Amino acid sequence: MAQMNPLDQYLDLYRQNAAQVDAHSTGALNSKRQAALEELDAAAGVKADKRLMMFAPDYGVNLMRVDIPADVAAAFHCGVPNLSTLLGVVVNDAFHASSRLAERLPEGVTFCSLREAAEKYPEIVNAHYGSLAPLTDRAVALNTLLAQDGVFIHIGRGVHMEKPLQLVNIFSSPVPLAGMRRVLIVAEADSEASLLVCDHSRPDSAGCLSSEVVEIVLDRGAKFDYYNIEESSAVTSRCSSLYARQGEGSNLLVNGMTLIAGNTSNSYHIDVDHSHCETVLTGMVIAGGEEQVENRTRVNHLASHCHSSQLFKYVLDDRSKGVFDGTIMVAPKADFTEAYQSNKNLLASTDARMHTEPQLEIYCDEVKCSHGATTGQLDASALFYMRSRGIPEAEARTMLMQAFMADVLDTVRISSLRDRLRLLVEKRFVGQELFCGDCAATRNCES
Amino acid sequence: MNDILLEVNDLHAGINGKEILKGINLTVRPGEVHAIMGPNGSGKSTLSGVLAGNPAYNVTEGSAKLDGQELLGMLPEDRSHEGLFLSFQYPVEIPGVSMVNFMRAAVNAKRKYLGEEPMSATDFLKLMRQKRAIVELDNKLASRSVNEGFSGGEKKRNEIFQMAVLEPKVAILDETDSGLDIDALRIVAGGVNKLKTDRNATIVITHYQRLLDYIRPDFVHVLYKGRIVRTGGPELALELEERGYDWIKNEVDGSNEPA
Repeated sequence: MAQMNPLDQYLDLYRQNAAQVDAHSTGALNSKRQAALEELDAAAGVKADKRLMMFAPDYGVNLMRVDIPADVAAAFHCGVPNLSTLLGVVVNDAFHASSRLAERLPEGVTFCSLREAAEKYPEIVNAHYGSLAPLTDRAVALNTLLAQDGVFIHIGRGVHMEKPLQLVNIFSSPVPLAGMRRVLIVAEADSEASLLVCDHSRPDSAGCLSSEVVEIVLDRGAKFDYYNIEESSAVTSRCSSLYARQGEGSNLLVNGMTLIAGNTSNSYHIDVDHSHCETVLTGMVIAGGEEQVENRTRVNHLASHCHSSQLFKYVLDDRSKGVFDGTIMVAPKADFTEAYQSNKNLLASTDARMHTEPQLEIYCDEVKCSHGATTGQLDASALFYMRSRGIPEAEARTMLMQAFMADVLDTVRISSLRDRLRLLVEKRFVGQELFCGDCAATRNCES
Repeated sequence: MNDILLEVNDLHAGINGKEILKGINLTVRPGEVHAIMGPNGSGKSTLSGVLAGNPAYNVTEGSAKLDGQELLGMLPEDRSHEGLFLSFQYPVEIPGVSMVNFMRAAVNAKRKYLGEEPMSATDFLKLMRQKRAIVELDNKLASRSVNEGFSGGEKKRNEIFQMAVLEPKVAILDETDSGLDIDALRIVAGGVNKLKTDRNATIVITHYQRLLDYIRPDFVHVLYKGRIVRTGGPELALELEERGYDWIKNEVDGSNEPA
């Protein structure tokens, strides 16, 4: 055999343990496995792409739901100041509610494990689980085959949440582990909510692969903010696929910030299905060392009178590599679409590499669209100007790199979070430990 | 304090291997105003860039001492801390860095260099308010990004404002009059005159005599082909205004040994 397909080990694992996988999961999650298996079998002879190769090392999967010590979740305390959130913690792929979370949630809001939701609210979960993320995406199919749990968020019709929801994903395992996690978010008509997702890896963990599929369904007039910060580690691989569908007049913001990573691939696929929608898709990457981070985006404009903007910025140092592969598609009947895409990158070293491919597909005449990408170095004249005023070079560089990220931070709609992120970015640039203040998830590991 | 603030000796420098300054000598004492004039391409901006430490230029020979300390080889930021200031011909726009943060970083970097504690927020704001008044700089510019969207006049006033905050021993004003209308010119020159003491010195680099009506020089030097070819009093500037640079060029080129 020339080369083993990275899928094979997982297919074998599933075949040998199918009954166990199902036994430790439930309803909707189990119902899609057979279809996923068929897709993957059909694709077995197809060469694995870079994304799929992330799964190649021999990671274990916690099929038997061996309990990870609950103290990892219980000890977690987020240090984001002035940000009072409703917190849930996912350790590897198992959901732990913070204390009294259920009673603290406003009326009409559900935030719990997906497994629990599939049993309590089968009609909602069955209707939406796997409805957006297609099995033809092999990373999705693999996740569907093996995912046993995850997170469920439901915002009831007309509910306006003041406090953001917060989800902290922690990887903690003494052996190489693949965590297959599913997130299903359903925001009913005219609701309004926001979610902050923080990804951490405990530094004592062995290599881990975080496979995540997020589905966000927005009904008519719903407004939802999804923020994701990754502060993981050099031995973490993250393969995240986010699929969203927007109902009439809905408003979606997705902001992905990669501050510390190993090898990360994020894919964002947003179908703007109905008219008068607003979509903001932004991201930043601050990478150094040997980090590799890619963001793939696709915003499909399928209806008229919608507005979307994409902004992704990278600062790459050392030997890090960045990829941006973004597409705006405007379908034939999506008249009066306004869609913009921008990717700007700073290379802080001569060995850093950036690969960018901004794309526009327009099948409609009545549109306003633009796309563009730039990659360069820090402005030497600005640097000298600052130094001539006495600002030391290192500080001047930091100020310029931070300034470069300012417009991505400006898209954050929660002001306390925006301030906190600004601080995190500043710390990241000066090379300080940035783990969110006294975040116990990481602090515990030092003792 | 030394009785010489800036002493430039046989300074040779260039860019990309091309020699532009070919042996500059200049002595500046406390309380003096020097004007450096010269035709385009004579090396005026190179001289200011080299003194301020712009890494784009290479110094090949000579020395430049600020208040007795060798400047060449010193980092640009340390030259600033030691008391050198350059007002840029084209002040740089820095989107995303606010004027307030920029100035706070500059002020506190200098204090740190001098072994002092950072300035308190109230003292800093008071200082900004005082210094803004010198060049009638609008408060609203403080919250904006450095020079971004500033008019030509605002940019130059902003330079003099920064000079007022940093209180240099030697200030070099590079073509500070370019792009200014007559009212802005009056305000900028007024600011420079207010900052003048018998302990500091100013070097005004200019193409035209116009600015020298407002900032009276004690010495006028003519720079041509990388050398100071003539030095005189204020009357030299008037003569240049009247006769242009050609007579000096002819004199120099005529007397030069063939290249």
